[in-house]
Order: sequence, then structure tokens, then C-alpha cells
Amino acid sequence: MSALRVRVWRGGADGRFQEFDVPRHESQTVLDVVTHIQRHLDPTLAYRFACRVGMCGSCAMTVNGTPRWTCRTHVDKVAGSGVLEVAPLTNLPVVRDLVADMGEFFDKWAKARGQFKPTRTRGDDFAVVRPDDAARQEADAGIECIGCGVCYSACDVVKWNRDYLGPAALNRAWTLVNDARDAGQAERLRAVAGDAGCHSCHTHMSCTEHCPKELSPTRSIAGLKRATISLALSGEEP
Amino acid sequence: MSRRFEVRLWVAQRATAVVLAACVVVHLAVIIYAVRGGLTAAEILGRTRGSVAWGVFYAVFVLAAATHGAIGLRTVAAEWLGFRGRAAEWTMAAIGLVLLALGLRAVFAVVAA
Repeated sequence: MSALRVRVWRGGADGRFQEFDVPRHESQTVLDVVTHIQRHLDPTLAYRFACRVGMCGSCAMTVNGTPRWTCRTHVDKVAGSGVLEVAPLTNLPVVRDLVADMGEFFDKWAKARGQFKPTRTRGDDFAVVRPDDAARQEADAGIECIGCGVCYSACDVVKWNRDYLGPAALNRAWTLVNDARDAGQAERLRAVAGDAGCHSCHTHMSCTEHCPKELSPTRSIAGLKRATISLALSGEEP
Repeated sequence: MSRRFEVRLWVAQRATAVVLAACVVVHLAVIIYAVRGGLTAAEILGRTRGSVAWGVFYAVFVLAAATHGAIGLRTVAAEWLGFRGRAAEWTMAAIGLVLLALGLRAVFAVVAA
């Protein structure tokens, strides 16, 4: 097996790339490469993963300049030049090596009122939500987000406006706006309107282009823009 | 700035874009029509002088362009230069008013009999 030259980010924001040679294997993923380095070449390498099968959203990194989920990214697909460069996600503070601090990313989900607020209690009967209902289909289109942060890292508006809630948080808010069982709608629409919210989106569609689950946060954000217009025109504080 | 203000600016930006799209189409169509037999100042002024319709059309065009331009520059200044807050708001309002004044002056110059 030939060796792959791998450049790996080491240290914090002011760190540097360190080079390793890693044996190539068939169907090898970028996460396999990083794991090989940590287990066999340098046990001090910090990185984050859990499920290894594209469910948990914890292993996202910047691979050859592009944010990706590393557990489902084959080396063949991204290292055509024979060099692999792995860095932490951009638009987030670096903790160490390949670990980005996801704190602000998830705080923004809370700011966008991404929490389900029930209308019923356990004493009530089940809500009937038809799968072919238009609102339910809108919610279904965005519901498979795994919270990996790839869209947040890919977004230009996040880079330009540090208060911007970002594609994932707004996508989450849109799924709840379309949830007939939720009671927090007015508060949620207020939270996602304005400069830090959906109206800052320039529809560059980087989030949609990079989302490993092939969701379209851009579509969700467009939905939020429509949903908040009536509030702006009504004279109420949206 | 309040969320309501931000959302209203966003709506104004989209609404003026719709107006501008229509105005630009009419404007380009008139240019193509007007130059078919050569272009002279006399011919243009003959069409616009004393015309309430052209006066209103270009006044609306200018108003939409000044509004759209000022809101757009405000966003560009915030995102690319980090220029935000009260000083930015006043600067962009001033730019919008200057654009409006220059545009309306030009409209007046070709429409006034």
C-alpha cells in the first residue's frame, strides 16, 4: 500500500500544520486517517468523533479547505492530488488540533427558539399530524439535521456577522414553525427576524451545497423570511 | 436597530427591487425605440418636456433606486467594512438622500417645460 501525505492542524488558533505519512487502504475515510495518526503516530492529537456512521454529527472538520463529515468522506474522493489537509471547522473557535468549540453554534439554536414548546400535556390524547399535510412535509424536509456544524462553517454570512444565527439554527426553527403541536410560534418568529436572523441570509446556498445530509437550510430560511414579513407589516414588533 | 426596523428595511429592499425591475425594462425598451433613427437631445426633450407621465415614471424610478441603493450599501458596509450602528445608519440615510436629490434634479431638468 502506498502512503498518503497528511497535513494536520496542531494547536489552537495560532497553530500550524504538521505532516504525517499514513498507509493507504481501500475505502479509507478521512476519519480513519485521523484515527490512524492518533493511535499509531501521535497519541496527543485531539479530535472528536462518536458514531462513525454519519448519525451523530460530531466528526466534522475542514478537509482540503472544505467542511465535511469525515466519517463518511472517502479519501479517494477528496485527495486526488495525493495530499490530504485536515483542519478544524472554520467560523468557530479552535479548542485544540481538530476540535472546534461548538458552544456558540448550539447557543444559537437556543436563541432561535429551537426548543419544542408543547401545547398538550400527557393527559391529552395524541395530536393527529397527517404525513401528507403541507406543513408537515416542510418540517420533514429539514428534520434530519444531525447538528454537525458543516453549514455554519461554510456560511459567508456567519463569517461577516458574528451575531448571525446561522443555517442550522434557522433550519431547526423552520421545522418547528411547521409543527402544528408547538406553542412558541410568535416568540420564535421574533427571535429569527432581523439582522442576526433570516433576513441577513444572502441565499449564497453554501449551506445547501455542503450539507452532508443533503438538506436545504436555504429553503428553510426563505420560509422564515416569508413567515416573518406579515409580522413586520402588521406593526407588531416581529 | 430594532428587529421590526430591520425587517421593514428588508421588505423595502425587495419591494424596490420589483419596482426597479419593471422600470429598467421600460427604460431599456425606450432607449432601443428612441435610438432607431439616431439620437438627439431635441428628440429626448421633445418626449419628456411637459410630460407628467414621464415625470412620474422617472421620479418613481429615482425613489426606488435611492432607497434600494442606500439599504444595499448599509449591508455591504456592515458585512465588508464592519461599519455598523448609529453612525452607519446616518451615513446611509445621507447617501440615500443625496442620490434622491441628484436623481430628482435630473428628472426635473428633462421634464420641466
